[in-house]
This record gives sequence, C-alpha cells and structure tokens, in this order.
Amino acid sequence: MVGVLQYAKQRVDALRGNYETQRIHEDDLGTHFQLLLLVVAVVFPIAVALAVSTKQSGVVTSVVDLLPGGYAVENYREVLVDYQFGRFMWNSLAMSVVIVVGKLIISVFAAMAIVYYRVPYKDLVFLFILFTLLLPVPVRFIPLFQLMNDLGWSNTILAITVPYLASATTVFILRQHFLSIPTSIVETAKLDGVGPLKFMLFVLLPMSKGVLVGVSIIMFVYAWNQYLWPLIIIDSEANQVAQVGLQLLQGDVQGGQLSWSLVMAGSTLTLLPPLLLMIVFRKPLLETFSIQQK
Amino acid sequence: MTTVTLHNLRKEFDDVVAVNGIDLEIVDGEFLVIVGPSGCGKSTTLRLLAGLEDATDGEIVMDGRDVTAVEPKDRNVAMVFQNYALYPHMTGRRNITFGMKSSGDFTDEEIDRRVEEAAETLDIADLLDRKPQAMSGGERQRVALGRAIVRDPDAFLMDEPLSNLDAKLRIQMRAELAQLHTSLGTTTVYVTHDQTEAMTLGERVVVMNDGRIMQVDEPQTLYDFPANRFVAEFIGDPAMNMLPVDIENGTAVHDAFTIQLPNADGGVRNGAKESGDASIRDGQRAVLGVRPEDLYMATDRPNTGDETLNATVNVTEPLGDSLLLHCSIGETPCKIQAKARSEIRPDDTVSIAYDPARLHLFDPESGDALYHSESYASSESAAAAADHG
Repeated sequence: MVGVLQYAKQRVDALRGNYETQRIHEDDLGTHFQLLLLVVAVVFPIAVALAVSTKQSGVVTSVVDLLPGGYAVENYREVLVDYQFGRFMWNSLAMSVVIVVGKLIISVFAAMAIVYYRVPYKDLVFLFILFTLLLPVPVRFIPLFQLMNDLGWSNTILAITVPYLASATTVFILRQHFLSIPTSIVETAKLDGVGPLKFMLFVLLPMSKGVLVGVSIIMFVYAWNQYLWPLIIIDSEANQVAQVGLQLLQGDVQGGQLSWSLVMAGSTLTLLPPLLLMIVFRKPLLETFSIQQK
Repeated sequence: MTTVTLHNLRKEFDDVVAVNGIDLEIVDGEFLVIVGPSGCGKSTTLRLLAGLEDATDGEIVMDGRDVTAVEPKDRNVAMVFQNYALYPHMTGRRNITFGMKSSGDFTDEEIDRRVEEAAETLDIADLLDRKPQAMSGGERQRVALGRAIVRDPDAFLMDEPLSNLDAKLRIQMRAELAQLHTSLGTTTVYVTHDQTEAMTLGERVVVMNDGRIMQVDEPQTLYDFPANRFVAEFIGDPAMNMLPVDIENGTAVHDAFTIQLPNADGGVRNGAKESGDASIRDGQRAVLGVRPEDLYMATDRPNTGDETLNATVNVTEPLGDSLLLHCSIGETPCKIQAKARSEIRPDDTVSIAYDPARLHLFDPESGDALYHSESYASSESAAAAADHG
C-alpha cells in the first residue's frame, strides 16, 4: 500500500513539474516494479491452483511441481461429470441471480422512496436501514435457521436467497446516486405529470445504468461466494451450491487421499463466472466506486 | 390566456421565511420579471406558482380558479430551469415529447405536428435526433424551451434560464426570448438575479428583497422613480450614489455641498403614497440619491448652471465608453461616470455638476423614497410631448 501511495504522491509531484523528465522515467520503472509485485502477490495463488488442477495427485513438494501437468482434461471431466459439479455451479448461479435481481428491485424502490417521497421520519428510517449493516446474516444464523424451518423453506432456493434480498449497502449506494440526479429533472417530470412508475422506468433507471451494473457485479460476487449459510441450511446434495460443493471433491480424506487436483479444478471453475463478469463490466464497476468517492 | 393573482402568499422553511406575504397580479399575456439578490425569495415564488412548493399561507388564483393546493401537473404551466433539466439519455425529440406522451392528453399526430412547429419556431430541427450531451448550452436551452412551448401551457415559468450561458450567447438568447414572447403571447414569469436581463426583458419588473416585494413597475419607471433605497441601489450599474444630507429650506445640505432641490414642495410618486403626505420637511435627515451618470465634470458641460460640488478622485476605471471615477465628496464615497479619455488621475480634485432633474431623497431609517426632483406626471407629459413631436 505504501508503494501505491508513494506512487500517487510522485505522480502529483511530477505533474507539478518538480521532477525532471529523467527522474520520471526512473520512477516509472520503480512504479512498474511495485505494480508487478502486487500483481504477482494476487495472481500467485490462482496460478498455483491452475497448475495443480492439471496434475494427477496435486501434491506440491518442490518448485518443479508447479509446472503444468498433463491431467487437465481428465481432472476437469471428473469434476464436471463424475462429481456433477456443473449442478452445483448451476445452483450457485440461480442463487446469485435471484439475490441480485431481488436486491436491485427492493433497493431501487427503497432508495426511490427515501430520496423522492415525503415519508414521516424518513431520515430515521434510512438510519435504521444502515443499522442493519451491524447485523449481517451470520449473526442471525440461529433465529434464521429456526425461521426457515418453520416456513418449511430449508433445503430450497428460497432459504439461500430471501435472507439476502434486503441490502443496506445497495440502498445506500443507490440513494447517493439518486441524490446526485438534478432535482430540476425530477421536477420537470412532476410538472409534465409523469407518474412514479413511469418516472422510475424511463428516467431514473436509464440514468442509473452504470451504477446499477456496478452494484450488480459487487452483489453477484458476494452472493456467489456465500459458503456458511448454504452449508447450514441446505443438506441435500442436489440443491447445494458450488462453494460448499468444493468440499465434496476432497474425496476420501479419512483415508489420506485428499485429491487436491480435483479441488483445484473445482476452484478454478468456481472462479470463472465472477472473473468473466468483472472483465466484461469493469468500466461501470469503476464508475460506481468513483461515484462513491464524490 | 391566463391572469395570475397572488394573495398574501407566504412560504416558510422551518424558521426561515422565504416569501413573506406578497400580493401580485400578473396580467394575461404579460412578460413579468422577478428580480432580486440571491435568497430574496424570487425562485421560491416561482416554485410556488409551479406547485413545486406548498404555500404556508395565502392563495394563488389562475383565471379565477384557486390553484394553491392543486398538483403541479394540473396547473398547466411549463417551467424552464437554469440547468435545462433535459433527460440526458433521451434525444431532443424524445425530451420534448416525453411529458406530452405521459400526460396522455395528445394524439400522436398532434404531438408530431406540435414538435415540428416548435422546432421551426426555435430553429432546432437538426437537434431533435441528438442527445443533450452532443448539444451546446444554448442548444440545450432551446430544446428545453421547445419542451415548454409544445404543451401550449397557460403560463411559462422561467427560473434563470440564461444564467448558465456565456455572456454573448445570453444576449442573443435574451433577444430570442423577447421575440418568442411577442409571437406566442403567453403569460410569462421570469426569475433572474441579473438586473440588466430584468430591465431588457420585462414588460413589468418585480423587485424583491427578504421575501417581500419592494416595487412593481415598468423598467424605466423603476429606474427613474425607485420607491425605496433598495430598488434605487439594486437597479442600475454602477449603483446609485447615496449621500447623507439635512433638509433646510428646500435645499439638501451635506458637509461638503448644498444643493437646491427643484419642486421641493412636491411629494413622491409611489403607489398609494401619492404626493403630499410623504413630502419632505425642514430639518429632516435624508439620503440624497444620484446616479453616477447624472453626475459629470463641470468643465464638460459649462452651461448647465453654476451649482457644482468638489470631489477627490480615488481610483479611475476606464470602461471604454466612459471613465468610472471612484471619488470622495467630503467623507462620502461616490461614483461618477465621466467622459471616456478624460485626463483625470487619482488624487485630482474635480468640480462636478449634476442633473437637477435626477435627484432622489430617501428616508434614512425606512429607506422609502421621500422625493424625486422630477415629478412622475411631468416625465409622462414630457414623454408624450416627445412622442407627438
């Protein structure tokens, strides 16, 4: 982190003209070295996982073991066909999509009400929504477990999605964005007699496209990575999600036969959907964060 | 065709009084400008008219219909905002038609026809397929105007529509707005902080301060016969000079000079306070108001009389068409508009003459006008004579 800060400072100084061109070139080298270190630190575990997923046993004892092996196709085939990992991935995808869509719908309505309507004790309501950040799902496991059983939802997709639908973070980000939309636009719509639903669909949502996409990506990755709650509430293998499913790839652990190569193949597969989303939607994602900084 | 009447209109935001009981009648087809410094309540008044704010007290009547509690969309008014308020993701055409389509009062053919008409009036046909991002400020404001006129509203409400444009474009758009109003004849209420805009555009101008109306009059009347000190200083650039004086025998006595007041027995033409009861008394303290352009170098016009006063020049500002002098008359600061290219330097002492027909007296406490040296009636008869001559 210090390196990044130093870099930022140097760039500012350089822009101010305190550094000669020669120095900037040297600084660039240093900067690239720092960036390279950071990238290696982030990528290394993933590279190891990738390499191990192509091995027969996947036990790494020397540097040579990190070279790619020749069992890639077999490992991935075994994971997807024999262990039906595709089924887990599908469940994960369904869960994540339902959570993202549900969150967006609820949060858009909530943020719209908070920003554009005269609700009594509006600020208090918003404060209460923010307060729920102090009580994340893991804190509520025991009452939630009871509730899901009472509702008869355990082992269903409802159990792993509904508790996540309300999101203080999303409401907050959308509220900030809605507040940044000029009031005169809202007032023009009011004068024109544009109804609230029409206003939302034709004005608010199109003007919030970037933020909505950015928030969706963050929420998707968050939902996709859920582990503990599905582990607790889902006990049938057919309904299980990928993050928990990885455990089933371990094989005969008691017999000392932990099949790391299969686990890593599964991990690599699990990594792909969020990675693809991140790559495709990196622009709106960055915009979302830059809006928060405003 | 709409007459709008405001009765004792009042708006409070928590403990701040934005509009403090104003009465105003806006005549059908009139171009009325509301002007005042920021925070004077002019925008709030406009927003009350639009229905975007709820009045705390008082009533708004449009064509005999009390609309005080009526929803904005049911008032049939169109508003133009300072920041244009165009939907950024819609083309010019969709921006114009979106509101009409939403209201559902118009058929598609009707909408198309009206858009074509508006596009022709405002010369925006080539902007209809562009998004606001690809338009300049002036073009955006034109599309916003188009959106306002297609609905054929009973009244246009404009909230500083030209303030975001650069100076040159502002002057051009000002002329276009005046032209547009002439051709449409729709009642227009226009809010601005710029007194030049107010003077050039308004058929009548409302000057507001601290939530109250200071004066409502035609622009030239506002300038020539300000009802109080605030209007006198607000209208006109550079502002009117204010010199504290004592009244003695029909003369204004200052530490540094004595000025004979013409028609000193006359009163002030000021709405209800017609001449007589507000006239000046001997021994009274007052503030003498005289505009910088009504003061000039005695040497420039030697035959205007021998009453002169002496002033010390502090700073000179060449404005091109004139030379603005910041002077002191006695202890009182004062501005004088001298001829351009005058050979005057700081620390010079100059002899100043004044136009005796352009003197004003104000009450030092209340600020109300006590006296204008030219009576309103005589200025009107002079104007009439000029018309006939």
